[in-house]
Amino acid sequence: MSTDSYSIFSVLREALRGHTGWKPAWRDAAPKPAYDVVIVGGGGHGLATAHYLAKVHGITNVAVVEKGWIGGGNVGRNTTIVRSNYLLPGNVPFYEHSLKLWEGLEQDLNYNAMVSQRGVVNLFHSDGQRDAYARRGNAMRMNGIDADLLDVPELKRILPMLDFDNARFPIKGALRQKRGGTVRHDAVAWGYARAADGRGVDIIQNCEVTGFRIEGGRIEGVETTRGFIGAKKVGLSTAGNSSRVASMAGLRLPIESHVLQAFVSEGLKPFIDTVCTFGAGHFYISQSDKGGLVFGGDIDGYNSYAQRGALPTVEDVCEGGMALMPSIGRVRMLRSWGGIMDMSMDGSPIIDHTPVEGLYLNAGWCYGGFKATPAAGDCFAHLIARDAPHPVATAYRLDRFATGRTIDEKGMGAQPNLH
Amino acid sequence: MSKPHRLPAGGLVDRGASLAFSFDGKRYAGHPGDTLASALLANGVKLVGRSFKYHRPRGVLTAGFEEPNALVELRSGARREPNTKATVAELFDGLEARSQNRWPSLAFDLLAVNQLASPAFVAGFYYKTFMWPASFWEKLYEPMIRRAAGLGRAAEAADPDSYEKTTAHCDLLVIGGGAGGLAAALAAGRAGARVIIADEDFVLGGRLNAERRSVGDVASADWAAQAAAELASLPEVTVLTRTTVTSVHDGGVYGALERVSDHLAQPLSHQPRQRFWRIVAKRSVLASGALERPIPFGNNDRPGVMLAGAVRTYINRFGVAPGKRAVVYANNDDAAATVADLVAAGCEVAAVVDARGDASALQATAKAAGALLVFGRTVARAYGGRVVEGCEIADARGDTFNVPCDLIAVSGGWSPAIQLTNHLNGRPAWDDRRAAFLPGVTPPGMTVVGSANGDFGLAETFATGARAGAEAAAAEGFSGAGFELPSVEPEAGETYGDGPWRPTIKRGKAFVDFQNDVTVSDVELSAREGFRSVEHLKRYTTLGMATDQGKTSNVVGLALMAEITGKSIPDTGVTMNRPPYTPVAIGALAGAHRHKEFRPTRLPPSHFWAEEQGAVFTETGQWMRAAYFPRRGEADWFETMVREVETVRTKVGVYDASTLGKIDIHGPDAATLLDKVYVNAFASLAVGKARYGLMLREDGVAMDDGTTTRLGDQHFYMTTTTANAGAVMRHLEFAKQWLWPELDVHFASVTDQWAQYAIAGPRSRDVVAALVDPGFDVSNEALPYMGATELTVCGGVKARLFRLSFSGELAYELAVPARYGDAMIRAIVKAGEPFGICPYGAEALAVMRIEKGHAAGPELNGNTTGADLGMGRMMSKKKDFIGRTLAGREGLADPSRPALVGFRPVDRTARLRSGAHFVARGAEPTAANDEGYMTSTAYSPSNGHWIGLGFLARGASRMGEIVRAYDPVRDGDVEVEVVSPVFVDPEGARLRA
Amino acid sequence: MRIACPHCGTRGLDEFAYLGDATVVRPDPSAENAETAFVEYVYLRDNPAGRHRELWSHALGCQSWLVVTRDVRTHAIESVENARDVATARDQGAGQ
Repeated sequence: MSTDSYSIFSVLREALRGHTGWKPAWRDAAPKPAYDVVIVGGGGHGLATAHYLAKVHGITNVAVVEKGWIGGGNVGRNTTIVRSNYLLPGNVPFYEHSLKLWEGLEQDLNYNAMVSQRGVVNLFHSDGQRDAYARRGNAMRMNGIDADLLDVPELKRILPMLDFDNARFPIKGALRQKRGGTVRHDAVAWGYARAADGRGVDIIQNCEVTGFRIEGGRIEGVETTRGFIGAKKVGLSTAGNSSRVASMAGLRLPIESHVLQAFVSEGLKPFIDTVCTFGAGHFYISQSDKGGLVFGGDIDGYNSYAQRGALPTVEDVCEGGMALMPSIGRVRMLRSWGGIMDMSMDGSPIIDHTPVEGLYLNAGWCYGGFKATPAAGDCFAHLIARDAPHPVATAYRLDRFATGRTIDEKGMGAQPNLH
Repeated sequence: MSKPHRLPAGGLVDRGASLAFSFDGKRYAGHPGDTLASALLANGVKLVGRSFKYHRPRGVLTAGFEEPNALVELRSGARREPNTKATVAELFDGLEARSQNRWPSLAFDLLAVNQLASPAFVAGFYYKTFMWPASFWEKLYEPMIRRAAGLGRAAEAADPDSYEKTTAHCDLLVIGGGAGGLAAALAAGRAGARVIIADEDFVLGGRLNAERRSVGDVASADWAAQAAAELASLPEVTVLTRTTVTSVHDGGVYGALERVSDHLAQPLSHQPRQRFWRIVAKRSVLASGALERPIPFGNNDRPGVMLAGAVRTYINRFGVAPGKRAVVYANNDDAAATVADLVAAGCEVAAVVDARGDASALQATAKAAGALLVFGRTVARAYGGRVVEGCEIADARGDTFNVPCDLIAVSGGWSPAIQLTNHLNGRPAWDDRRAAFLPGVTPPGMTVVGSANGDFGLAETFATGARAGAEAAAAEGFSGAGFELPSVEPEAGETYGDGPWRPTIKRGKAFVDFQNDVTVSDVELSAREGFRSVEHLKRYTTLGMATDQGKTSNVVGLALMAEITGKSIPDTGVTMNRPPYTPVAIGALAGAHRHKEFRPTRLPPSHFWAEEQGAVFTETGQWMRAAYFPRRGEADWFETMVREVETVRTKVGVYDASTLGKIDIHGPDAATLLDKVYVNAFASLAVGKARYGLMLREDGVAMDDGTTTRLGDQHFYMTTTTANAGAVMRHLEFAKQWLWPELDVHFASVTDQWAQYAIAGPRSRDVVAALVDPGFDVSNEALPYMGATELTVCGGVKARLFRLSFSGELAYELAVPARYGDAMIRAIVKAGEPFGICPYGAEALAVMRIEKGHAAGPELNGNTTGADLGMGRMMSKKKDFIGRTLAGREGLADPSRPALVGFRPVDRTARLRSGAHFVARGAEPTAANDEGYMTSTAYSPSNGHWIGLGFLARGASRMGEIVRAYDPVRDGDVEVEVVSPVFVDPEGARLRA
Repeated sequence: MRIACPHCGTRGLDEFAYLGDATVVRPDPSAENAETAFVEYVYLRDNPAGRHRELWSHALGCQSWLVVTRDVRTHAIESVENARDVATARDQGAGQ
C-alpha cells in the first residue's frame, strides 16, 4: 500500500515501515499526442497554472512541458519573499489576490510550503521617502490590505540590529506589511506539481519546446525534443526565456533578459525575524527556517542569459548589508546564484492573449515573479479557460505600451535595468 | 597539561613555543603552526560539535576548508564568528572557541532527543506535516524549527574590525600553493612574468606538507619551504598566503579573500581584519588539488572517523596522532601511505579494509603493519557512544565481526577541486576511470593542473604545473630560466576509488552530507518520491547546501542516486558549484563602505561656513544640505523655518543652490540640441536671457526640469535638479553622440566648478548691488526678470549673475568659481547685514517653492506628463523633441488623468500630509474611489495655514471643490479645497519688481 | 566584465552605465505611422540569446557612449566602438 495523503499521521505511519510506502510526488509523464492545454515551462507559474486549470476550471487534459527539471528556474532561485505592498491600481489587487492564495496554499495543496507571515518592513531615510511610503500604504489600505508606518522606537524593538546611530543615511521609520513574509520556494513548485498531477495533469520533464505549429493564425500544438504535441491552447510561462520562446511564434516582446543575483549566508540561530528592505541602497534580507540569511539587491543591469553575476553587484549588495546592519560583518556569505529575469519595459508583468489565436502569454515578471506565483497561475488559468482576463489582472495587457497605460511602480520609464 | 596525542617529534609546529587557548571554557595549550583542530586532537579532544538536525556528536573529519563537522564559534562579543571551521582556524594565544548547536552542553545535549524521533525526521518530512491548523505555523511550529535550526550565533554588536578592498593586475594568477602551483609560479616567475600566487593556507606547500615524501633529495615540506622562499625573493611575484581565491568572473576578474589578521587575537593597529582582492589576471593556473571523499557506513559520523588524508596531515604536518588503534578503510591504494604513516607515528593498525575484491594491492602494506587485511568487504558501522570504540566489518553475505579501534581512517578516493571552473558555467565532465568530475569547459585563460585536473601523481602535478606556468609566461612575452622538474619517487598505486556508495548492510545512520544530516536513507527516499535529478536531490534533502558546500558530499550523493536509479552518474546530473569557493565574510565584501563611509559625502561650497552658523544638515542623495539655521531661542525646525521664510518674503535671504546640476554647453549646434531635449523652444532665446525648460523621456513622461541661460550665441548654461544631474548629462551626451551625431555641440559638467547662491527677497537687489564691481548695472532695466549676465564681484572675481526666482521674490542667483564659494557666502552675508539678511535652508526653500506651486521631485516622480504638471501648453507643436510622439498616446493624453492642483484645508488649522489620497466628499475611501494623491505639503507662513500640491483626477476643472485627503496610515482624514497651485503672488509681480 | 573603452583603455564594469539594444533606431517623427514606430522603438526588443549590440556609457570615465557587441550567453565581448562613429555611419547609410 502506498501513501498519498500528507499529514503527521501518514508521516508517523511511514516512519514505522522505513518510509517505503511514499509514492513519487508526481508522475514522470511521457507526452500524449494531444492535450486541451499545453503549458510551456515547468516553473512555479506554469505548474500553478496547471493546478488551477484542473481545480478551478475542470480542465485536466493538460500537459506542462519543461525543458529540464521542474522548479529548476527562478522558483528554485529566489529570495522567497511574498507581499502585496504595491502602489499602483493595476498591481495592488493582483498581488493581494496572490497573498490571499498563499495564505490558504497548504490546505489547498496538502503540501507545507512553509508560508511564513513574518512581516515585510521597508525602511525610509528621508521625509520624501516617508511620504512616498505613506502614499503606498494608503493605497494598500484603500484596497483593504494591512499596512502601517513604524517610527524609530518601534523599529528598534523589532529590528535592534539596524544601524540607528551612525548611519550615512539615518533610518527615519518604515512601512510594514505584517501579512507579508517568506515561503519555502522549492516546495511551491513541488506542491503545485503534486496537486496538479493528482488531478491528472501530465508533467513532462526534459522536453524542450523547439517550435510552434500555427495554421491560419491559430495554434495547433508545440514541436518538442520529444516530438510534436497537439494542443487546442498553449500557454507560455517561461520566465527569463520568454523572448526566445515567443520569437518561435513570431512575437517580439517588450522584454529584456537580465541577471539577478541572490545570496545566502551560513546558517545562524535566529537573527532577524522579518523581511527588511534598505531604503538608501539596494539590499533586502530575511532569514530562512534553516537559519541562512537570504539577501539580495539590484540586478546586474545588462542583457544576459548567462546565469552568473558580476563582482561589483556582489560588493554593492554587501555594502548595503553592512550599512544597514553592521553586526553581520563576520557572518559569511555561503552561496550566490544568478537567475535570468524577464525584465519588462515598465517593470510590470503581462498576462494576455497574443496575436496568435489560442496562444497565451504569461511573462515580464522582472524579479518579482515568485510572490505572484499563485495569482499568476490562477489568472493565467482563468484567461486560458475563459478567454477573458481575471478581474484582478485586467491591466496586464500586452497593448498597454501602445496605449500608454503602462504600470511603472518605480517611475523609471522604458529602461528595464532601472526597474 | 598533558597532550596525550602529540607525537614526540616531527611536523611543522613550533614545539618551542606554547599557545594557550580555550574550548567550551576549558583551557588547553598548543603550538604555533597548529590549527584549532590539530591542537584539540593533540589534547585528546575528539568531540567538537553537534549535528544540525539530530544533534549527533561530531568530531574532526578533515584537515581543511571542506570540513563539515568541526564548526565552532570563535572569539566572543562583537567579534564572535559563528560556524568557523576548526580545521583551518589558526591557533593564536588566547583563542576562545565554543561548540555550537547544543544545549546545555556539548557532552550532554538534550536536543539529541531528536534522534529518538529521527525515524520521522527524514528528508522532506516538514513538507508533509505542520499544516494544521494554519495559524500554528508562525506561532508554534516555525519558531520551534528555527530555534533548533541554524548553527552558530551572529554577533549582536557592530563588527569592531575594519576591512579593505584592493585591486591588482597580473600576467598570471596561480590558485593554490601546492606542488602544481609552486611549479607554475616558479616557472612563470623565473621568466619574469608578473605572478600572484594565492593559497588559503598559512604556509605554502599543500600536501607537500602533509605527506612523508621526498622531492629531489629533501623532504617534500622542506622543498616547499625552499620554493616559497624563492618566490618571495622574485621581484615580480606576489605571494598571498591565508588568501582564498573565492570566485571567477567574466573578463579575467577573480575575487580573493586575504585573512590578514585572523591568526591574531585582534588586528594590529591600522590593519584590517581581512582584505578582499579583485585580481585582474590575463591568465590563471588552477592548482587547487583534490578533496578526499568519505564512504557511507553506519555511524560514519562518529568522532574518530576521519578521512585518511587528514589522518596523514595531522601526523605529518602537525605531529599529532588522531588515534592509538586504527582501522583503515579504503577503496584505493592511498591506504598504503595511511597505514605506513600511522605505523611510523607509533599507532597500531588493527585492520585494513579494502572494499575492492583484489587482495594484492594492500597485502604487503597490511603485513608490514601487522594488520589484519580484509578485502572485498565493507565497514558496516562504527560503534561507540560519543566517540568511536570499534567497527563492525561485513562481508557480502551479511556476516559481520567487530574490530575495536579508536580511529577509522576512510578514503573513498579523491574529487578534483574543480569548483572555480564552474563559476562561468563551465560544466564538468565525469571521468569513469578516475571516478571523478574533471574540469570541462574552463574559464577563458585558465589552465587546470595536477590533481585538480585528475592528474593525481606528484610527478604529473609538478610537470603539468611547470608547463602551464611556462606557457602562460611565454604567451605574455616572458621567457627565461625555466623550472627543472625535481625527481620524485613513483606513486604507490592508484588513488582512484569508486564506491561502495551504498552500504551493503544497514546498521544505523550512514551519512552522506554530515553537516546537514543527510543519510543514505534520505537519498533513497528522495529517489522513491521522484526527486531524482541532482537539482531535486539537493533541494529535497538539502544535500550539499551546508557551510562546506558539499565538498565532501556532492559526488557521493550523486553516485548514490545513480546507483539507486540504475543510471550513470552523468545521466543523473552534474553539481554546478556557485561562488564563493569557500564562505566569505560579508564585511570583507563591503570593505570600508559602512557607517558614514557607506557612500561618498558631497559638501557644497558653503558647508563649513554653515557649520559655523550652527546649521542642521539633511542628506540629499550624496549631498549634505543645510536644512535650516536655528537661532538661539528657537524651539524647533518649524519656528526656524517660519522665521527664514518671513525674512525672505520681507527682507532678504541667501541659500546655497550649488547642489543643482550645472552643465556648460558650447558649439554651433547648441541651440539645436536644446530644442531636441526640451519640450519648449530654446533656439529663440536671446543672449543674456534664461528660460525654464522641461525635459521628457522618450516615452513622453517628464524627466527633469531647470533653467537654461544663453550666455553667448553658441554658449548655454543649464541647471538640472540635484537628483538628476548625472542622468541628464548622460541623456545629453546620448542625444548628441547617438541620436544626432551630426550636431556640433559639447557638454561639460560644471556642478563642482561653480558655487551658486540664491539671494532672494525684496532687498536682494541692494545686496547684489553691494557685491558687484563698479560699472556693472543690476537694475531692473539692465537685468530684468530672467535676465543673465557675466560680470565680476568683490574686486575682480569672475561671476555669473542670473535673475531667477524659485522663491517667488525678487531674486538673483550669483555663481562664482567654486574656490571662492566659502569667501562668497561670507561676503554675501556681510553685504546683506544692513538689509537684515539671513541664510535659509532646504526646509524654507521647500516651503516657498510649494507656495509658488513649482514642481519638484515629488511631482516629477517618473509617472507624470507635462500636461499632468500643468505645462501642456509649453510643449511646442512646431518642432520634434524627445518624448513628443509618445506623449500623444491615448493613455497619456487622457484628460481624466490626475493633474497638478493646489489644496488648502477647509479647517484652516488642520495639518496636511503628503501621501494622502483624494476621495470625493461623501465617498467611501476605497480603491475604486481613489482620485489621486498629495505630493507636497507645507505650513505656509505667508498664508498662515497648511497648503498642499497634488495630482487630482480632472483637477484643473475642479477648482473650489471640497475633497477628502485620506491618510489612514497616519490616521489622517482632512477635507481640503481644490485651489490654484500658486499660493503667493499669483501675478508674479514680486519677482519682476 | 571589463570593457575596452576606445579612449581610456580596458576598465572595470563599475565605470560604465548600460542603456540597452543598439539596433533599434529612433524613427522619423514626421512619418505617418510615427506613434506605432516609436512604440516599437521604445518598447519592443529582439532580446536575442547570443550576439547583442548594445549601448553603454563610460559614465565614470570619458562620457563616451559606446556600442559593445557581446555574446549575452557568455559575456564575451567581440568589439567596442564609438557610438558616434556607428551612428554617423548609420545616418549616412540611411541617407543613401
